[in-house]
Amino acid sequence: MIAIALDFAFGCFGLALLLNLWRIVRAPGVTDRVLALDTMVVNAIALLVLYGIRQGTAVYFEAAVLIAMVGFVSTVAYAKFMLRGDIVE
Amino acid sequence: MSLLLIVILPFLGALLPAVLIRSGRGMAAAGAGLATAAALAGVLAHLPRVFAGEAVVARLDWLPALGLSASFRLDGLAALFAILILGIGLLILFYARYYLAKADPAGRFFTYLMLFQGAMLGIVLSDNILLLLIFWELTSLSSFLLIGYWSHRPDARAGAVMALVVTATGGLVMIAGMLVLGGIAGSYEISQIVKAGPAIRDSGLYPLALGLILLGAFTKSAQFPFHFWLPRAMAAPTPVSAYLHSATMVKAGVFLLARLWPALSGTPEWFYVVTTVGLVTMLWGASVALFRTDLKALLAYSTVSHLGLIVMLLGFGSKAAALAAVFHVLNHASFKAALFLSAGIIEHETGTRDIDRLGGLRRLMPLTFALATLAALSMAGVPLLNGFLSKEMMLEEAAHTTYLGGVWVLAALTTLGALISAGYSFRLIVLTFLGQEREDYPTKPHDPAIGLWLAPALLVAVVVVVGLFPALARPLVAAAAGAVVGADMSGVVLKIWHGLTPALAMSAIALAGGALLLTQARRLQWAGVALARLSAPAVYAAIMTGAEAGARRLSAALHDGAMARSLAALVLVALAAGGWAFASAGLGPETRAMLPVPPVVAVGWLALIVASLWLPFLHRDRLLALVLIGIIGLMVSIGFIYLSAPDLALTQITVEVVTVVLMLLALNFLPKQSIAEPFALRARDAGLASAAGLGVGALIYALMRRDFAAPTISAYHVENAYSGGGGTNIVNVILVDFRGYDTFGEIIVLGIAALVIFALADVMLRRPALRRLIAWTPDQPRAGDAHPLMLVVTTRLVLPVALMVGVYIFLRGHNAPGGGFVAGLVVSIALVMQYMASGLAWAEARLRFDYHALIGAGVLIAGLTGIGAWFAGRPFLTSAFGYVTLPPLEKFELATAMAFDLGVFLTVVGAVMLALASLSRLSHRAHHDERKRGETG
Repeated sequence: MIAIALDFAFGCFGLALLLNLWRIVRAPGVTDRVLALDTMVVNAIALLVLYGIRQGTAVYFEAAVLIAMVGFVSTVAYAKFMLRGDIVE
Repeated sequence: MSLLLIVILPFLGALLPAVLIRSGRGMAAAGAGLATAAALAGVLAHLPRVFAGEAVVARLDWLPALGLSASFRLDGLAALFAILILGIGLLILFYARYYLAKADPAGRFFTYLMLFQGAMLGIVLSDNILLLLIFWELTSLSSFLLIGYWSHRPDARAGAVMALVVTATGGLVMIAGMLVLGGIAGSYEISQIVKAGPAIRDSGLYPLALGLILLGAFTKSAQFPFHFWLPRAMAAPTPVSAYLHSATMVKAGVFLLARLWPALSGTPEWFYVVTTVGLVTMLWGASVALFRTDLKALLAYSTVSHLGLIVMLLGFGSKAAALAAVFHVLNHASFKAALFLSAGIIEHETGTRDIDRLGGLRRLMPLTFALATLAALSMAGVPLLNGFLSKEMMLEEAAHTTYLGGVWVLAALTTLGALISAGYSFRLIVLTFLGQEREDYPTKPHDPAIGLWLAPALLVAVVVVVGLFPALARPLVAAAAGAVVGADMSGVVLKIWHGLTPALAMSAIALAGGALLLTQARRLQWAGVALARLSAPAVYAAIMTGAEAGARRLSAALHDGAMARSLAALVLVALAAGGWAFASAGLGPETRAMLPVPPVVAVGWLALIVASLWLPFLHRDRLLALVLIGIIGLMVSIGFIYLSAPDLALTQITVEVVTVVLMLLALNFLPKQSIAEPFALRARDAGLASAAGLGVGALIYALMRRDFAAPTISAYHVENAYSGGGGTNIVNVILVDFRGYDTFGEIIVLGIAALVIFALADVMLRRPALRRLIAWTPDQPRAGDAHPLMLVVTTRLVLPVALMVGVYIFLRGHNAPGGGFVAGLVVSIALVMQYMASGLAWAEARLRFDYHALIGAGVLIAGLTGIGAWFAGRPFLTSAFGYVTLPPLEKFELATAMAFDLGVFLTVVGAVMLALASLSRLSHRAHHDERKRGETG
């Protein structure tokens, strides 16, 4: 049962990743692309966790947590740059 | 005294003048002299053993795997040269103390002189040719400093450069020769090479080794056609000329020929090359000297001539000739140093050293007259002075040596050389001291104080004493000659009267001819003009101009200031090397199967490819390019995790974030669009980049589809990580233990890079750049909050969690993915968040530690951890670990690698934060003024 669920989840997030990619290629401006990249990070975290479940190890989980903790900082930096030009004021 | 100490003493002495010069130049000279005297005493103390035919040795293994050990050996030859170097060095120091003008920086002079002395001493005492080469290059460098001592004079600078170019080029060639020689002999120890003489001479590589080594020796010893640098080097202060060109520098080549004599001599190649070069040099130098009017130039060319004589003697290949050569080294050093010093006195006291403007100094400077005349007569080969003895031995040998099928050829030519030599010696005496007193000396001549005349007087004393009682010099000369030929020479007798030999007749002819030459000087003037026209410097100048122009063209082609150009050159070389390797060595069959590619992985791969391919087309929009790089970074990180490299992944994830933040900080000040390059340039770069990228891809593919041909080193690491390094995370153990040296170097580089960023940013904050910074206006509109509340709250909440994660990753790093580097990055990101959320001023008011100090502390802790191993008698950075039980905690491990990792951690945090703070300070300053302008205007 869990195997099927995992396959399904992998399929969903893989598809999501593809859509992110599509968005990055076809977006009208940088803002949407940054947003797509951020979503891509979220999807990557999910994929890592799924992979960890399939392999039965916690190592991937830690990497996922680390990405979750620091990954948003780049998005904030991009956003702040676009809004203010200067990211440390 | 150990030889190691003797060798190191002059270098220690080189430090003294720099310190003591504040107490006056007398103290500086005394300090240098003390070191020299101590080294000399050390050498003299070994003399009884040396005279007994033994060699004193000292050895310190340095890089034994390369055959490079600091092994020193004091035998007769080394002792002779060491005594010359140190003894004359002592006199020169004393003389220079009084010679240098008040305006000359004396401390620097003595330091250079001691450096040179140490290098020379190293050459003669080395028993390892690689070590000898190092000292050899050191003499080239330190003589460059000495010759160019009066660096305000263009001729001194040109002379110094010429000496360096010629001798260093020769040295470079000689390195190759020495390596070939060492390869043939199977050892780089001179004592071993000398024993392997027959094998060396029979080897097919012998001519190559001989040619290369001779080139080195000939350039150093100013042999024809490389002699031209020596007269130019006369732009140096006279004590330097006296030292370099009588006893030391130029004798280095001679020394080398003598040192390798048993290994290389005795073949027709050796005989004809060395003898001919020596002979030509002797005749050429003497002929030119005959027409020089500058005292020092005359002495310089006579030095060239005498060096040729010694080289020729070594070329003969007979034991008696080697004895004569060694004896002449001693004699030439004494009379030539005395002559140079006398020339220095004359210049010092009369203001000129042009013999056309001198003459009649006999009565005005009687003491100088006596000293210079005795030395010059010795140079001429007049009996009862030491020059006569060795010249007599030289003529004797020449009369017995068959050259080009005839015995008389050498006899005639050497007699001619001796004749001209006598001629210029007489000319020097007559034109300087005899004749009418003049009214128009630049300054009123008189004899100098003791400070200047004592040194030449002592040298002349040697000239006379050895000339009268040659037996006194016998033990030293015999020991030296014995060391050259590798046989016991203690039976030799040095005496004045050999009976009515052919040599005596030749000597008489030479002296009489010399006197005759003097009277005919005017008639021979045309020859002087003709000789002056045949100048090697023209060739040198042409080569130098060509080389300079070529170098300029090459560097202009490689570095035009654009990074793309130098990267292109680098990539091109790598491509060529890779292509060559690919083409010359074939590929084995593929032995490994492809791994399956799950669809999700294929999506990630697709994202990577799309972003990479798209980047070149969009790179002009810099922000967008950064976003694309973000995709690549993410996919690479995920790839690392998927392919079982969690350590790399953790590092990559954090590095990505820090990179984006720093790039955005810098981008604030940069144009948001980069300028468009011409299409051709872009096409070239695209071609290069694709070729390199595809090449690396192909390489990796080829490697991964095959088993390794040789056993890999990873097996060693897997086996020893836990038993040797005490950690189960092999990556971390490699970083902090196996390859700790690399890591240590890397964190230092990281620290330096951060400090450079700080320094560059700091320059921007000063005038005149500051004005530009203040005038700078942001190129995009501002929107929203500077410090949004949501961000502030989030980052505050994340801060303790992130710090805890950092500590956790750090602590477990030795046994599970993580370590100081990743932990440092995580903590940095946690801090960067605060900067971004609340601003520079807010963060700096709360983060009160100094990032510079953090970097310093990191490097220091890592270094001290490494040094700690010394106290346990282990090499630098040897790690230790053990298990500790500290109730109520469980048993845990303590490893020195942890302290090292702490150093890494601190350096990383300090470097990242310093770079960030430096960049943000720039914009802070700019905005600050902008705001102020807003208020006032």
